[in-house]
Amino acid sequence: MPASRFALLAVVPLLGSVAWAGTLVVNFNSAEPAQRAAWETAVVRFEREHPDVRVQLNLYDHESYKRSIRNWLTGVPPDVVFWFAGNRMRQFVAPGLLEDVSELFTPEARDTLHRSALDLVSVGGRQYGVPYTYYQVGLYFRRDVLAAAGVQEPPRDWRDLVTACEKLKARGVEPFAIGTKDLWPAAAWFDYLDLRLNGLAFHTELMQGKVAYTDRRVREIFALWRELIDRGCFSRNHASSSWQESQALLYGGQAAMMLIGNYIVANFTADMRDRMDFVRFPTLRSGVGQYEDAPMNTLHVPARARNKEDGKRFLAFVMRADVQETLNKALLQIPVNLRSATAADRFLMQGRHLLATADGLAQYFDRDTSEDLANIAMKGFQEFMLNPDRLDAILPTIERARSRIYGAPENPAPAQ
Amino acid sequence: MTRTLAQAPVRAGSRAAGAGKRAPHVGLSTVILLAPACLLFSLFVVYPIFASIGISFYDWSGVGARTWVGLGNYRELFADPVFGKALANNLRWLGCYLLAPVFGLALAVFLNQTLSGMRVVRSLFFMPFVISQVVVGLVFSWFFNARLGLFNSILAGLGLPSAAPLDSEQGALYAMIAAGLWPQTAYCMILFLTGLATLRPELIDAARVDGAKGWSLFRHVVLPQLRPVNFIVAMVCAVAALRSFDYVMIMTLGGPYNSSTVLAYYMFEQTFVGLRYGYGAAIATVLLALMSGLIVVLLWQMFRRER
Repeated sequence: MPASRFALLAVVPLLGSVAWAGTLVVNFNSAEPAQRAAWETAVVRFEREHPDVRVQLNLYDHESYKRSIRNWLTGVPPDVVFWFAGNRMRQFVAPGLLEDVSELFTPEARDTLHRSALDLVSVGGRQYGVPYTYYQVGLYFRRDVLAAAGVQEPPRDWRDLVTACEKLKARGVEPFAIGTKDLWPAAAWFDYLDLRLNGLAFHTELMQGKVAYTDRRVREIFALWRELIDRGCFSRNHASSSWQESQALLYGGQAAMMLIGNYIVANFTADMRDRMDFVRFPTLRSGVGQYEDAPMNTLHVPARARNKEDGKRFLAFVMRADVQETLNKALLQIPVNLRSATAADRFLMQGRHLLATADGLAQYFDRDTSEDLANIAMKGFQEFMLNPDRLDAILPTIERARSRIYGAPENPAPAQ
Repeated sequence: MTRTLAQAPVRAGSRAAGAGKRAPHVGLSTVILLAPACLLFSLFVVYPIFASIGISFYDWSGVGARTWVGLGNYRELFADPVFGKALANNLRWLGCYLLAPVFGLALAVFLNQTLSGMRVVRSLFFMPFVISQVVVGLVFSWFFNARLGLFNSILAGLGLPSAAPLDSEQGALYAMIAAGLWPQTAYCMILFLTGLATLRPELIDAARVDGAKGWSLFRHVVLPQLRPVNFIVAMVCAVAALRSFDYVMIMTLGGPYNSSTVLAYYMFEQTFVGLRYGYGAAIATVLLALMSGLIVVLLWQMFRRER
């Protein structure tokens, strides 16, 4: 998701198909230095423990990987692929493209997993992949900038949020940095407004296309969102900024907060680390459980892989607490295995606590619903943020796409 | 593609002189020499075109079963407001790209002088075409950047209010076209410069003797001789406008919300972002038809004039 969209080249392609016995071909969806180093270390360790296996790790740019995986799974696949939990995985399970790896989920192994993590790799009680990392999404804020505007504590509820916005605006500071050029940053706002207003059960139904986008409960999301838009809480010119460009506002002190994933922490300078802090998205309605967006990444063995046995050994290796601990310390993310320690990092510890105590996890809008609908809906969110008056045209457009993809809603509520 | 077209006037000219006099001899050696090219062309160009047209009759997510929908994708396409928007944007792009030949010709005439150091100046003007479109797109997105861009500094210098063209649904398309015009003008300029080099000096001298100068010399003596170049330039600009993709991918991603999308980008987006391979293929087919139609018209015009 955060990788730049125009980075093009896949590194070391093609070679993957010339494999011999004992070779394990692993296709990895990132070429970023830190990620790459983490996995290269893990591979060395795996080879030391399994001297009969030689691992061939192929690195790809994140975005081009997403486009290529469909060709591999239906053609000549590698033995292990990196992918995403939940709906993204289920798309490949339905046409039988991923191997059933339930045998790895022994009772002891299950004990090491958060319940929602197990659900996210399961279809009909069988498991099709191994989760190894996730991270939190929430408000990252400049404590010093908030304090300078007279906001001593980060917002905990809607009133706090609105008050903070007004105080910041009065100081000439943009309350929220956001860049919607890549569309998905706006979806975090939609997700959290929905999770905090309507809860995870409703959110899941909406993501699975069972509720109309013209539903009253969906309109409530936009009504609250609009209050922030009308107050000018979002940074100007967001439609032409990527999230990377917009984060500069935080570091420059022109903006105070940003709703984003924990990967932003990697970009903090030492000085900025001390000024930044994290807080979960504010509560909007009492009685609604604590639900969080926590995109989870996974490993799978393709159904048509040649070396499935070693593939499963690699997956079992990645499930282990010690392996996940080392990996996630290098990735600066949170291990899914509950027995693994987290890196001694303030933001990760906060995140781990947040997710471990959550009542349920969502995967992020563009992973939870169909790509087709996500693309159309997120453009709608962007248009709404620029022209809130057009909501009555935007929602029917999203709803038309939803009904084309998913058919009639299951529990139609009277549209307003 | 555009680069090979640059040589077209030369080829067309030499063929007009040499061909037609003698029927070419077709033997085994001809077949053997042509076979590799034909084979590769069929495999990598002709086959994918027909395969893509085939996919456009299905509903397909790239994995799993394809569902036959007949003309369903096309029916949806012609009712799709975004498709209409993309088509209209392509036509606007085409209209604006016709400025490139005008600027290009003006520059070519200006640079077609024998002064010392002229070669260097010409190369400098040609530079933008040598730079990758991706780089030009990046440069212009920074140029138009609302906070840091040179564009707003210039506006401020002129005492005008600041603007953010890439953020506005009216401005984004034209900001990209402006970026595209820069290398496109350079390309037209070089085509016109080669055209100017082939002018017959005796005609110009004769016209001068008859008292023609300035605009009338240009309009009635120079311009008619540039006709073959004009067609190539028009064709190159039309094709560039229709297949514009790089600038959209780099500068706006079709945004804000589809306002600056074009057919080639919409095709890519539907296929690889929305994972609607059938619908994307239908857009590709329409784009192919448009391009072919345009090229046939232009080629036909060119051949008619050559005869």
